[in-house]
Amino acid sequence: ADIISTVEFNHSGELLATGDKGGRVVIFQQEPENKSQLQCRGEYNVYSTFQSHEPEFDYLKSLEIEEKINKIRWLPQKNAAQFLLSTNDKTIKLWKISERDKRPEGYNLKEEDGRYRDPSTVTTLRVPVFRPMDLMVEASPRRVFANAHTYHINSISVNSDYETYLSADDLRVNLWHLEITDRSFNIVDIKPANMEELTEVITAAEFHPNQCNTFVYSSSKGTIRLCDMRESALCDKHSKLFEEPEDPSNRSFFSEIISSISDVKFSHNGRYMMTRDYLSVKIWDLNMESRPVETYQVHEYLRSKLCSLYENDCIFDKFECCWNGSDSVVMTGSYNNFFRMFDRGQKKDVTLEASRESSKPRAVLKPRKVCAGGKRKKDEISVDSLDFNKKILHTAWHPQENIIAVATTNNLYIFQDKLN
Amino acid sequence: MDAQSLISISLRKIHNSRTQRGGIKLHKNLLVSYVLRNAKQLYMSEKYAEIYRMQQYEEVMTVCNEIQELNPLDLAEDLATAACSAAALALQNGELCKESDSAFFRSCCAEAYPVTDCDLSPLSAVQCNKTTVLDLDTHVVTTVESGCLYQDCCAVQCQGAQAPAKKRKYDFGYYATESEEVPDFTPCKRARFEDFYCPHSEQLDTSNISNLISIFGSGFTGLVSRQADSEFSLNGQFCSKQTLASLGAWTRAIVAF
Repeated sequence: ADIISTVEFNHSGELLATGDKGGRVVIFQQEPENKSQLQCRGEYNVYSTFQSHEPEFDYLKSLEIEEKINKIRWLPQKNAAQFLLSTNDKTIKLWKISERDKRPEGYNLKEEDGRYRDPSTVTTLRVPVFRPMDLMVEASPRRVFANAHTYHINSISVNSDYETYLSADDLRVNLWHLEITDRSFNIVDIKPANMEELTEVITAAEFHPNQCNTFVYSSSKGTIRLCDMRESALCDKHSKLFEEPEDPSNRSFFSEIISSISDVKFSHNGRYMMTRDYLSVKIWDLNMESRPVETYQVHEYLRSKLCSLYENDCIFDKFECCWNGSDSVVMTGSYNNFFRMFDRGQKKDVTLEASRESSKPRAVLKPRKVCAGGKRKKDEISVDSLDFNKKILHTAWHPQENIIAVATTNNLYIFQDKLN
Repeated sequence: MDAQSLISISLRKIHNSRTQRGGIKLHKNLLVSYVLRNAKQLYMSEKYAEIYRMQQYEEVMTVCNEIQELNPLDLAEDLATAACSAAALALQNGELCKESDSAFFRSCCAEAYPVTDCDLSPLSAVQCNKTTVLDLDTHVVTTVESGCLYQDCCAVQCQGAQAPAKKRKYDFGYYATESEEVPDFTPCKRARFEDFYCPHSEQLDTSNISNLISIFGSGFTGLVSRQADSEFSLNGQFCSKQTLASLGAWTRAIVAF
């Protein structure tokens, strides 16, 4: 139940939220910078922990609904409190996280522990005052958005209007208003009239970062559709269809599986979007639908192992990807607790490892290399000795700094680049 | 890994997903069904190619032996010559078609009945008459005059079984148990699916696999029809131009009459 299922920085980067398979959310807060220690920025410590979702049982369908948190998305901060959306397979919740550092003391009718005093013992009156107390962080559910999804929710995305958000399941995308929980608009529906004719499902969806009428959704067939909500109420007809023709020489039993897109993310500037399929990361220019402008191979050496990866179910792993704040570097995870970074400008890439054994705190991470075949050099790891149980599916990049959060199965690693 | 083990692994995955916590994952099962389809197509084409080649060899040997025994009457000679040449051509075409078998076939005949039921003697094959066949990919109508082979007799069987094959639905319905669907839909379909499964054990016998394939294959009309047209047309062009005594055209063609 401690398996991390989602990681997300808030808009300032001060807070980092993680969700796990047990339905819990843990929020970390960056400590204020220590002026005396110039080498590092503040560390992240636990700020708040709360149970977001509980397991539920759908009696009508005899199905258990997992409490696993699929996604967390932060709302931009409007006042002292922080708000985030967290979702499991069926229900989205809006949580308010607020601080309390004062409490009222000096009641006339109550003792300090809350017991009521006998009114006849009150001889004098005083005015209660606020006194400082140890910081308490409270999380309270403010909205519950339920019963709008028949299939499993895979994405949520807050609109740039900060009033609406979308939620996507395998076959439908719904639009919500943050204030309204009993109504939701269906904006995409790809369910066929006859389920036997089903050929693809929605795998991810996201709003454009600054055009509040635009969103994209990716499919299991490797296509991405961009939709404009101004065109019609139901966005079944896409405005743009991004698809790269399949390379026939790579055709195999598993072609359909490895072309399924597991994540789609807009760049911060809104000009590009990135998609992750099983073996690669692709960068698309929103103005060009025919093919991606950049393609990065994450672990091409796995192409010859697809059969065993199918047997052990690893081929179904859904890797996420993320941009850095300036959109110059993209990052994604792999197996053996490796994660990869691709520098778009400098055309360089690096493989790093997140593990306790390989790195002490404050030590610089050593680049790793996987040997695909032939003679293995020193320090290289052969494909056959990779641990496929150690997978990094979720990564996040601080919106402004070079601080990254990398989630292995049970642990969260936070790395930052070395200053000077 | 061969097609047969991939099929059994895939079916096991689908079977296991039904007991997984959180309900059936539509996305994963859809992807598994793609692998299943791909493996099934390869398995079928390999199976037919094998049976066909064996059939051809036996036929040629039988007919050639008969020629030696019979009087040199015109009728027998024509028949025998036609059969021999057609058979020889078929063998040749069978080889050519085999190379292109790595593409994916749409085998409507296969849907109707399991492979093992096709049990024809070479003698009965020789007695068949004219058959008209429509190739679905190229829309070419071809008539086989004489020296009919395996596919024509199977085609006769196909025709009879075709109607039920169209009507039989293997449905995805049991994945999506929405309230808008018929309430008792799910239990019925689940029971039917289990009929075709080995109900007593987790292990799936290979002898049941061809049954499962034919049941499974009948419902995925959507998946099949989305196949790249280029793959089909290439094979269609290649094979249909030859006499119909070729494996490729047979597996894709439906019998007009």
